Formats: sequence, C-alpha cells, structure tokens
Amino acid sequence: MTSIIQVNNVSKSFGGVVANSDISLSVEKGAITGLIGPNGSGKTTLFNSIVGYHPIDSGTIQFEGREISKFPVQKIARLGLLRTFQQTRIYGEMTGVENMLISLPHRKMRFAEAFGCNGAEEHERAERLLEFVGLYEKRFLRAGSLSFGQQKLLEFAMALMNEPTGLLLDEPTAGINPTLINGLIDRLRRANADLGITLFVIEHNMRVIMNMADKIYCLAHGELLAEGSPAEIQSDSRVIDAYLGAH
Amino acid sequence: MTRKPFSYLLLLAVIIAAPFVFPSFGTQLATLWLMIIVALTWDMTGGQMGYNSLGNITFYGTGMYVAAVITIGMAYDVGDYTNAAGGGIHAFTDLQYFSGLFLGMLGAGLFCAAVAVIVGYVTFGLRGPYFAIGTLGVAIATGELVSNWEWVGAGQGIALPVYPGDLDTGKVLFYFLFAGTGVALFVFLKWLYKTRFGAAVNAIRDDEEKAEAMGIHTLQYKLATWAMSAFFVGIAGAISAFQLIHFEPLETAYQTINLGIFMVVCVLLGGKGTLWGPVIGAIVFHVFKEVTWTYLLGWQWVALGALIVITVVYFEGGVVGWIMSKRSERLEAREQPNDAAVGAEQ
Repeated sequence: MTSIIQVNNVSKSFGGVVANSDISLSVEKGAITGLIGPNGSGKTTLFNSIVGYHPIDSGTIQFEGREISKFPVQKIARLGLLRTFQQTRIYGEMTGVENMLISLPHRKMRFAEAFGCNGAEEHERAERLLEFVGLYEKRFLRAGSLSFGQQKLLEFAMALMNEPTGLLLDEPTAGINPTLINGLIDRLRRANADLGITLFVIEHNMRVIMNMADKIYCLAHGELLAEGSPAEIQSDSRVIDAYLGAH
Repeated sequence: MTRKPFSYLLLLAVIIAAPFVFPSFGTQLATLWLMIIVALTWDMTGGQMGYNSLGNITFYGTGMYVAAVITIGMAYDVGDYTNAAGGGIHAFTDLQYFSGLFLGMLGAGLFCAAVAVIVGYVTFGLRGPYFAIGTLGVAIATGELVSNWEWVGAGQGIALPVYPGDLDTGKVLFYFLFAGTGVALFVFLKWLYKTRFGAAVNAIRDDEEKAEAMGIHTLQYKLATWAMSAFFVGIAGAISAFQLIHFEPLETAYQTINLGIFMVVCVLLGGKGTLWGPVIGAIVFHVFKEVTWTYLLGWQWVALGALIVITVVYFEGGVVGWIMSKRSERLEAREQPNDAAVGAEQ
C-alpha cells in the first residue's frame, strides 16, 4: 500500500497556543483512515493545514508525492483533495440539484467549458448521487431549508460530485439522527470501495470510527498520541486516559 | 410556452417603435437605455456575484475618453486638438465620424475590459464593504488623474465632432445604439446566467470560501465577470460621449455621485440578483427621477432619498423580489393540500 497523504513533522501555533506540534502521519491510498482525539486536540487544525487553509509553521505535507504545504485551498482542491466542513457549508439559496451541479469538478474543466450548459448527463449524475445519500425527494427544495443533518448529507454528495481522489471529512455523523448513522457508515464505505475515494475522517462517535476505519490516529494536546488498528487504539490506555482526563 | 417568444417579439416591436411614436422623448428614452445598461452590468458583480462595486463609473468615464481619443486621434494629433480647444481644427469628414463612432465603441469596450482585469486583480482581494470603498477610490482617483491630464483637455474636458446629419436623425441613431447595446446585453446575460459560468458566479456570492474549497477558479471568474461588465459599460460610455459631444471629467465622465450611485439604486429598486430586476428598477428610477425633477423641483433629492429608504426598509428584494415572494407564498398555499394528500397515501 502506498500513502496518498504524507504529513511530516508539521507544527502550527496560533500566537502562544500550539495547536499542532511535530505531527507525522500517513494516509494509505484507497483506505479509510480515522483521526480522533478530545475536543481541542488539534484535529481540525491539522485538516486545515493539509488543505491549505492556513500556512503551517514547519514540516512538509505531500499529496500523491507532491509537496502541497505552500499551495492555496483552490489549487489543492483541483489536485483532487477535498474537504467537508465541521460547520456544514452548502449554498443555502440554491436547490439541492443546483448545489450538486456547481460542484462539478472544475479541475477537469477547461475555462471555455464553463460557458456550456449542464446537460442531461450531469443532471442524471446529480440526481443519482442525491439518491445515494437519501435526499432525492428533497432535491428541489432550497438547500438552506434542509435540516442540519440533511445539509451534511448534501455536502457529502457535493464532495462526491467533484470526483475527488482523497476526501477529508470533518465529523460526518455529527448532528445526524442516530438511526441514520448506520446508513451513513454504509455510504461512506461504498464511496470508498466503489468509487475508490480515499477517506480521512475526523470522528467523535467511537462506534462509527471503530467500525469503519482501517487505521486510526489519535491526537491529544496537539501531539500525536497513538496510532494503530481500531483494536489497538481501543486497548491503548493512553487513549482512554486522554479522553477521560487521567494522567 | 408558445406565448413567451410572442411577448418578446412584442417587446422588441415596442423598443423599435418607441422613438418614432414619442419623437420628443428621444433623448429621454436613450438615457433610459443607458440606465438599463449600467444597472444590468452593475448587477453582474453586485447582484449575481456578491461584490458591490461603487467604481463601475470608472468604465463609463474611461469609455468616453477612449472613444474621443480614438476618433480624434485618427484625424488629428490629440494634444494639438485639445490645445486649440475648438479654435480652428474642427472639421471631420463623415467617414472619419462614423469610423470613429464604430471603432470608438469597440475600442472603449475592449480597453475597459482590460482595465477591469488589471484593477480587479488588486481590488478583488477586498471583501464586502472594503471592495465597495476600494472601487469607489479607484473611480475618484481616475477622475482626478484625467482632470489633470493636459493631453486630453484636463479639467476643461474634450469635445467630439457633432453628428453630421440632421439633429433628429442623430437622436434616433443614439437611441438605437443604446437600445441595441442594451438588448444585446440582456440576451447575453439571459444566456450567461444559465451556464456553468453563471452557477459558479452565484456560488461565489453564496459562499466564496466553500467555492474555493470545491476547487472553483474564483479569481478567474471574478475577473471575467467584471471584464464583461466593464466591456458593456465602456461601450455605453462611448455612445454617451458622441451623444453629449462635449464632456468634462469630474461632472460628466467620472460622475461618481450621480450615475455611479444611480446604477446601484436602480438595481436595489428592481431586485438584486435577478435578470429583470435591474431593467424594471432602471425604468422605475428613471421615470420617478424625471417626474420629480419636473414637478417637485427643489424637493427632488428628498423624494429620491425617500424612495430609496422605503425600498431598502420595506422591499428588501426590490420589485422583482417582492413579486417572487408573493408568488411563492401563493404557490405554497396551493401546494400544501397536495402534500397532505401524498402524506395520507404513504
């Protein structure tokens, strides 16, 4: 297995707060990798560093062997590395279908092609993916009127529409009805297996991540605390201590 | 569906007949078309892309000057011409006039589009009110620079040749130049807003950060949109230059407090981010302005201010936004029983 995202000794501070300190990890191509840790342990900061949302203080980040730590967000997105947001971001004034059509992969589009209209093929793909996440019935509703959980599913579908190679998901199950979570796990797995998208997932729901991930990294206080298979992580006393606050 | 092309044809017939039916309103109608053009182009960035520019008047003034320099430059040395300030060299042949008019319009459009790309490269780093103030600064600075530039007549302005035919034919010609540009712009935008380009521009308005995260070439789209907008404003400026014959930099060409603000008011009145909004807003605004300037002279600015306040407070979406919200309320009221029926079936 080759790694698709390679993070080496990355540090990031905001003023005096060290959010990430000397973190190294790698995400295997085609796998589902988990990132866990207590609140404030630096998970989202690490995601933001990887996708170019802010510059890092030191270290290197590679995507498919290419150094990306100096690239801006759009450029990294066009390389095929996408992220979803913890505070879900969709285009609220547009319908579900319009949200999907905007998410067509612009990296595969020449500028002149932007002056074309979306054909039946694109509409069909948009509707198929909306059906995949279970939003087909609501496809013509204003996206802003959907519930938080539904917006989350829409954002996931938009990411799939973009045909990424790697997808960073920031708490995909937060705010989703517990009865729908099993369905979502299944969809994430299918996106990974059928569409071949590498997933890197921040998740607080241990049942979800332990079920899904091939490998898990655990952060605490901005440092990499543990790594290993779900079984190893579950039995790691340092991880349990970090969550329960023991020293 | 079959009614739609018919109503568009009817509209076109009205546009063509207007200057002949109301010959004494020829210049008024031409100005109305100017308002429609600047409102539609302002809405391209302000309404559709979420970038409220107060500097689009830059392209209007620049278009005027580019057209003048091209027309005069083809016949005389521009510096000598402005130095003489009407003293002697004023003769233009018909060919010089009409080729100047044509090339002036084209050149003004292209030059302004290029200016938009260069200025936009810097100002599109600004967001929200900062973009508005930044672009306003560009407009004021350009006006001041031009008003100190001797070669184009400095503060005295510059004079173009007078239309060679009789005056009434000239009025009709300018009406049709404005109307033709306006119709072309409308058709262009009707198509553009349906393409992927239009969708991407709307995405920038709704959540630019999300658009970036999805890999949309945001800067490229912003520059292209402003360039297209500037192209049409530049052409409108060129036509204005020939219509007005003589113009000066601060009050006519770079008139930030008049036309520069009026275009924004038109869009707010009609409805931001819609295709028809700017058109309807421009008509309402122009009629309102002319009526108050005629019958309420002395109080005209007060009336205009009151109109703006009422629009902003009570009709946030403008005329078109208000109609659309009324219509969707009615649709929802009609569809609710249907939903209940579907629910019962399930």
